[in-house]
Amino acid sequence: MTGLSRDELARRIAADIPEGAYVNLGIGAPTLVANHLPQDLEIILHTENGLLGMGPAPEPGRVDPDLINAGKQPVTALPGAAYFHHADSFGMMRGGHLDICVLGAFQVSEQGDLANWSTGEPGAIPAVGGAMDLAIGAKQVFVMTDLLTRDGASKIVAECTYPLTGVACVSRIYTGDAVFDVTGEGLRVREVFGEHTVASLEKLTGLTLQAPAEQGGSR
Amino acid sequence: MIDKTVAGTAEAVAGIADGSTVMIGGFGRAGQPVELIDALIEQGAGDLTIVSNNAGNGDTGIAALLAEGRVRKVICSFPRQHDSWVFDRLYRAGELELELVPQGNLAERIRAAGAGIGAFYSPTGVGTLLAEGKEERTIDGRRYLLEHPIRADVALVAAYRGDRWGNLVYRETARNFGPIMSAAATTTVVQVDELVELGALDPESVATPGIHVDRVVAVGYRPWIDEGRFVGGVDVNGSPLEQSPESSVAGAAR
Repeated sequence: MTGLSRDELARRIAADIPEGAYVNLGIGAPTLVANHLPQDLEIILHTENGLLGMGPAPEPGRVDPDLINAGKQPVTALPGAAYFHHADSFGMMRGGHLDICVLGAFQVSEQGDLANWSTGEPGAIPAVGGAMDLAIGAKQVFVMTDLLTRDGASKIVAECTYPLTGVACVSRIYTGDAVFDVTGEGLRVREVFGEHTVASLEKLTGLTLQAPAEQGGSR
Repeated sequence: MIDKTVAGTAEAVAGIADGSTVMIGGFGRAGQPVELIDALIEQGAGDLTIVSNNAGNGDTGIAALLAEGRVRKVICSFPRQHDSWVFDRLYRAGELELELVPQGNLAERIRAAGAGIGAFYSPTGVGTLLAEGKEERTIDGRRYLLEHPIRADVALVAAYRGDRWGNLVYRETARNFGPIMSAAATTTVVQVDELVELGALDPESVATPGIHVDRVVAVGYRPWIDEGRFVGGVDVNGSPLEQSPESSVAGAAR
């Protein structure tokens, strides 16, 4: 059942981002997607602390503590970049002006509910940051995640058991095993990797899945 | 003649009362008004409510204020970080109250206070634990939560350059909460790297007009800037890199 590595998955997601898109890549694995965006396409990265036109990390010695991303890592600003304050930045998001946001997940439900900010462990220090704003803001919310936890449980579930980040907000789920579209009436398998079939994915997730739209009957 | 400049940071924070709500600008360390926070620690006000995106990094700035036991409550979006050990300890010990607010709602609630908005409906947080106790309303088929403004007695803000009228420009992503916090507080205190002559700031580029500012104090350029020119040579925390090339690389990558 060899699927895609984390890096191959990042490349796969990058291939679905068109030129001209305004895109926010969430903290963690989604930032890998930036490494695979074609250099010759103008795709504009948003970082919610106040920058459109974010570029790669600076050269050593040229780190600027005033120029960071939402993960508080040093970045650069490309020609054409713009700075703005926090309320404008989240207005851009909440107002539906961002085309795509790529987020990590603890769990996603078949209705597109997202849980990615808290495991709900008692005694854990809570921190939400921009997760809830991102989840409901972009025109399309892509989730990038492993299909299974380290213990083998499916992260795609009938109902999230972790605290929710947003309700019915996810458009598409990219995993190393398959890509799923959230249809509003359950999940449709969009693409499978390795030797997976709809049937093998149903077995892993315990969910009823719709077959890919154009290649029906692959189960 | 209007002159909002003050001679030093002690004068800048004079009069902040016990029990005040204090907004502190910055996102992580970028734009955090460290010199003003140090002056507030020295000034001695306690029982404070702090409004800021984070709840301190390392042992300086907001973390130092917390460590001194001056803070009763923190309103923020993201307290937990790899270097938030001061907050973590006090929170676990039950010595700090926390109001956790999604970052965009935090920003908009601060903006609303400065803009005279009574309250507003936001879609962020609907159906989550952070919606508890909030009025929900469906408008044009979409669910929203009623969010109230956050006002402050004092805002402490760091900007890049300012003039004696309090007009401010910021640098890069250090702008973050500066403009909205400046407008949301009864008294806004700003530290700038450089105080410039009236008329020296490009009016097209002023991000905070002086109407929102009460006191301005110059604290000097930071290590990565030389007379207004970016020179680098620091890590992301602003600490100078070692002189040898090898350690410079290590420092920058950390």
